[in-house]
Amino acid sequence: MELPIDYMTLRVIWWLLMGVLLIGFAIMDGYALGTLATLPFVAKTDEERRAVINTVSATWEGNQVWLILGGGAIFAAWPFVYAVSFSGFYLAMFLVLSALILRPVGFKYRSKRPGKAWRNNWDWALFVGGFVPALVFGVAVGNVLQGAPFSLDSDLRITYHDQFLGGLLGLFSPFTVLCGLTSVAMLLLQGATWVSLKIEKGALRDRAITYGVYAALAVIVLYALGGVYLAYGGLGFKVVGDVAVNGPSNPRNAEVVKEAGAWLLNYGKYPWMIAAPVLGFVGTLLALLGLKTKADPWAFIGSSIGVLGIIGSVGVSMFPIILPSTVDARSSLLVWTASSSHTTLFIMLGVTLVFLPIVLLYTAWVYKVLFGRIEVKALKTNPDLY
Amino acid sequence: MDMMTVDLSRLQFALTALYHFLFVPLTLGLSFMLVIMESVYVLTRREIWRTITRFWGTLFGINFVLGVATGLTMEFQFGTNWSYYSHFVGDIFGAPLAIEGLMAFFLEATFVGLMFFGWDRLSRVGHLMVTFLVALGTNLSALWILIANGWMQNPVGADFNPATMRMEVSDFMAVLFNPVAQAKFVHTVSAGYVIAAVFVLGVSAIYLLKGKWVSVAKRSMAVAAAFGLASSLSVVVLGDESGYALTDNQKMKLAALEAMWHTEPAPAGLTLFGIPNLKTQHTDMEVKVPYVLGLISTRSLDRPVIGILDLVETAEHRIQSGVAAYDAVEKLKVNPEDLAARAQFEAHKRDIGYGYLLKKYVADPRTADAALIQKAALDTIPNVPVMFWTFRLMAAIGFAMIALFAVAFVLVSLRKAEHSRWFLRLCVLAIPLPWLAAEAGWVLAELGRQPWAVEGVLPTFMGASSLTVGQIWVTIVGFTLLYGTLAVIEVGLLVKTIKTGPYASKFGRMHDAEEASPLQGGAVTGPAE
Repeated sequence: MELPIDYMTLRVIWWLLMGVLLIGFAIMDGYALGTLATLPFVAKTDEERRAVINTVSATWEGNQVWLILGGGAIFAAWPFVYAVSFSGFYLAMFLVLSALILRPVGFKYRSKRPGKAWRNNWDWALFVGGFVPALVFGVAVGNVLQGAPFSLDSDLRITYHDQFLGGLLGLFSPFTVLCGLTSVAMLLLQGATWVSLKIEKGALRDRAITYGVYAALAVIVLYALGGVYLAYGGLGFKVVGDVAVNGPSNPRNAEVVKEAGAWLLNYGKYPWMIAAPVLGFVGTLLALLGLKTKADPWAFIGSSIGVLGIIGSVGVSMFPIILPSTVDARSSLLVWTASSSHTTLFIMLGVTLVFLPIVLLYTAWVYKVLFGRIEVKALKTNPDLY
Repeated sequence: MDMMTVDLSRLQFALTALYHFLFVPLTLGLSFMLVIMESVYVLTRREIWRTITRFWGTLFGINFVLGVATGLTMEFQFGTNWSYYSHFVGDIFGAPLAIEGLMAFFLEATFVGLMFFGWDRLSRVGHLMVTFLVALGTNLSALWILIANGWMQNPVGADFNPATMRMEVSDFMAVLFNPVAQAKFVHTVSAGYVIAAVFVLGVSAIYLLKGKWVSVAKRSMAVAAAFGLASSLSVVVLGDESGYALTDNQKMKLAALEAMWHTEPAPAGLTLFGIPNLKTQHTDMEVKVPYVLGLISTRSLDRPVIGILDLVETAEHRIQSGVAAYDAVEKLKVNPEDLAARAQFEAHKRDIGYGYLLKKYVADPRTADAALIQKAALDTIPNVPVMFWTFRLMAAIGFAMIALFAVAFVLVSLRKAEHSRWFLRLCVLAIPLPWLAAEAGWVLAELGRQPWAVEGVLPTFMGASSLTVGQIWVTIVGFTLLYGTLAVIEVGLLVKTIKTGPYASKFGRMHDAEEASPLQGGAVTGPAE
């Protein structure tokens, strides 16, 4: 069957869609993760904590689907990426999963018993459920930029060459920790701007704003440091020779080598790509300004633009590489060598074009119904709140 | 491949899937029962039905979160522990998982928050619509997951591509309308409905036995009796046996669960009882009902049901053909333009997976001798005694459920249920049974699929990631501790909620009622409901 869109174009579209899903996850679930990561610090009393929890209690579940859909879509469109990264980062994935599992039960179970210890324990469980994924996802992105020690044999079976403490400790280097901290700061900002937008005006909101300001400053500093590291830290990979952009998805068909500073080459080749890091900074600055002037919607929008720019800049820096191998030149995963078949990409694009707008529509409707700030006095009268 | 890695990954998958499937079926059924209860509320506007909906909704919520939490593990586990599988079939298998997220899980998860928090923000009809969308979402989720699972049992619409060393989709419609997937979907969601109905029936029976909250319990029981009777009939009548004539592995599954070693002349009889003997390859002390099996599985009187040993012989031929396919693929790796190899591949490609079966014993299947091929062919027999007994356990519970709900329906219709204490006790005792049947059903379907991860395409042992034994032990122990703790908390909260009863929310949140803080004194009366 002749498909109306050629293979190369579909691969680029799906590379963009992978970005849309990851950014959607970081913006939508990011505010819930960030809110939980600030919970024990911003909110002190049980009442305050309930108020903060109830800013996300009705929507975090839908937000989490961005992650589940991200996993499913990468499986469907980029099976190599799904297989290599999830098995390679095995114990890190387990950490994230355990933390994320604590989140739904924490929300639901915390309010079911009045005991102080019971609630305090769940508060820390919720903190872990927000903080650990934020940190590990950032560390994972750092490892993607740094390259991972995997190889593919002629059957395309994956071997992972770093088994230092089950491959877990090997994930942490100065650069990947920097990425992890950037991610934590970014999602804390996302959470703080959400809380200040969603909670009644008063001391609690002011505290969220204070934390948000610190987070915004941290994002700017850490993100800039990350850029410096990319330029001078000896990182970078590039594709050698020609790759058939319409060829079969077999990573062994392309050669990728290490080259210091190569992650910045795209900005020279395609100057418009500079828009991504610029948005990263401008968005975060807008968030900072919004927080300082108590213009909550602008703070949240600014933070979200920052998220878009920061994640987008990782993507465009690496294009067309998705996951480089540090041990084998003929194993790295590229946009041209790691995708699903032409047919699958086409069908999945059709499905996405039909359903993603529907999802966005009803999500918007739900937010409209839930519009308004959470008031502490409602906690006493509304039996539905946690 | 390290077999220990494979076995541990299988153990972890089984543990996490069986655990996940404790919560999911209750979600599937209870969501629709909530729709029924809330519809009655909207139609009659009687407060009691709102109380009923909210009470079962609270229990639904406690159960729902664990289904969601453990579902995360399932979504990522293919990549973490089955990376070769993910590469090998991701082109087909990933699609239904992604569509599940996009079409079903977004729907259920986005609206479930509104279902719990939107009571005072939505009109009656608006809230009912939200509850319905949650139920629709959960059930659509099941559809896409079973389309994915159905493809593992009957991999239609896909071909092996030597250039990418994986299966690639050739006919997506065939994957969607896979008859095995359809049968599985109806059978599985019906099982979920039965579980929910038994849960509501049993808890209501506890209340009636104690004489507590009788008006809520009576009405809940009536809904459960009707819903349960329809579902228990559906789960048995629409069992997924209709798909058992389709592929060699499905035939093997049928033969194994019947412990039928030799082909039976049509129409085959159904074994009610027997003791499968692996050594003699014979089933001792068999008690058979003539004709029934042939009727169920072939929907005919003239087609035979093939026995295990004849299927092993077929497998032997397919392994020989698979070795030829493997040989062709190796040649094509070196030279993709090799026309002779291409022709050889086309002739044998449907058996490539059978060739891979030999990789359990030799690195290169082409070096296998006849004895090894025979050994690999015997591997295509799943664990017969386990299959035989889990099937009987599942089926027996299935019929018992029909009987229970038939009695419940009659007693409720005659308005005698609340006074028949023997019946109420029976309802309480029955609570765990459908869960047992559902778990047995999973074991039957997935153990019966062995040695295949995907029938005829990829043996299970090849699908595993190249992990160390230590890594997998860490996660097995970790999941067991985490899941075990959560199970204890979950059951504790369910019991507490059931003990507190349906009117707890009338007095505000439980904690508000219990906390003696003067600040929260006003909350005790709660909003007018």
